[in-house]
Amino acid sequence: MNLKAILSDIETIDPEACERLNHAAGRTSRRNLFRLGTKAAVAAVPLAFGASLKTAYGQTSNAAAILEILNFALTLEYLEDSFYKAALAAPGLIPAGDRAVFQLISTHEERHVSFIETAIRTAGGTTVTRPRLDPTAKGAYPNVLSNYQTFLTVAQALEDTGVRAYKGQAANLISNDDVLQAALQIHSVEARHAAEVRRIRGQKPWATSTNNPATIAAVYEGEGNVTQGGVNVGSLQVSGITLGASAAGDAFDEPLTRAQVLAIATPFIGA
Amino acid sequence: MLKVMIDSVACNGKVGRRWFMQVVGVTSAATGLTACDTLLDDENPYVGGVQLGRDDVGVLNYAYALEQLEAAFYTQMLTTPYAGITPEETQLLTDIRDHEIIHREFLRTALAGDAIESLELNFGSLNFGDRAAILAAARQFENTGVAAYNGAGKLLKNPDFLTLAGKIVSVEARHAALIADLLQPRTTYFASDEVVAFNGLEIVQTPAQVLSAVRPYTGTVVNGDLLPTT
Repeated sequence: MNLKAILSDIETIDPEACERLNHAAGRTSRRNLFRLGTKAAVAAVPLAFGASLKTAYGQTSNAAAILEILNFALTLEYLEDSFYKAALAAPGLIPAGDRAVFQLISTHEERHVSFIETAIRTAGGTTVTRPRLDPTAKGAYPNVLSNYQTFLTVAQALEDTGVRAYKGQAANLISNDDVLQAALQIHSVEARHAAEVRRIRGQKPWATSTNNPATIAAVYEGEGNVTQGGVNVGSLQVSGITLGASAAGDAFDEPLTRAQVLAIATPFIGA
Repeated sequence: MLKVMIDSVACNGKVGRRWFMQVVGVTSAATGLTACDTLLDDENPYVGGVQLGRDDVGVLNYAYALEQLEAAFYTQMLTTPYAGITPEETQLLTDIRDHEIIHREFLRTALAGDAIESLELNFGSLNFGDRAAILAAARQFENTGVAAYNGAGKLLKNPDFLTLAGKIVSVEARHAALIADLLQPRTTYFASDEVVAFNGLEIVQTPAQVLSAVRPYTGTVVNGDLLPTT
């Protein structure tokens, strides 16, 4: 895989991109691009989406910028997809009572992979090579596929990282309504996964900056931030109600940069 | 601004004072609010309601309206807790209430003079004493909130506002998953087919769909007709 390409920091997108994309979308029946609810429509979505991207950008550098973000997301989805498939295949790892949860999460990750792959290819781009998963993260979690608590810890780390990764790219996709909306639609599904895994672990569903295992502390760096849009939300007061001490930090999930995400994810990429 | 007032009155003599003030407030931050036929057409009978406004301010007011609704709902839930509520459930629901209050107060503070008024809310149709019924209502509110934010992201023009909306929506999604897990623990209910489509993407709702869905609970009619569509 071309990690170097993904790592390259393209944080700015051509300001004219929006206009070009809007023109293209208008020509290709924009309102049908993301109609959901039926299998037939869903199958068509990434195709239309990719076509929209291709029509707008051709082979310009702007296409490359958005495709790199999509390949960055795809890399994370590949790792999650491989991780849950390995876990579901590991005998005795996931208790019968929790299996339905992880089967569903696995299915979602597989479909995120399929959606993003199709979008990239339809846009004329090339998908990154699927990385080989090292579920132990270079030996940091040697029993991840035999000890349920270790598995849950790593699952929580991957899900919460995924939420922060998509959030960190939203503003970089603002010029393209279709890609942005799809990214947000995946983002909230990852948050649901994270909440459920945390609950199974006996943790609160919210991402906190405290009470996290030391091995996954990097996943929660900066989560305690209470300054939002220039407002100190830790100092907000409401008469008659005492807000919880961690509520201001927990009420907002924080983004991670691509570099931060890749520092967390790279150990899970095997040789 | 004076022209807007005159146009508004000229369009419809029944324009309420509250709506009138909202239009004026919004106009101070938005532009071009002079076409009264856009405001008062046949499809918009709610001339007495709250106008969310245009552009990013309108979208943020839309979020502010939803957060007002959620904060009030959970405040009521904890004031009149359902029968058999456990200490853990009380703690988790208190956390959610606090998050929603913080979202509400944050948006009100950020919008400052452009913020809509406090909505009149009415949860009289809900049975707060019944665990299954009220958690089902909570789940609907949360699912609607996530779908609303997912649909609103592309309406924003300022990337900083987009990131802030992203910071809130994933917390709402966590709430939604938790409430579903309280109803049906350790099942697929936390991210069911109702909210996650076959392709693994969560559903999206437009402001019109969302405002219609919450209409039974908003004593004040919330009008999103001026919101952007892209």
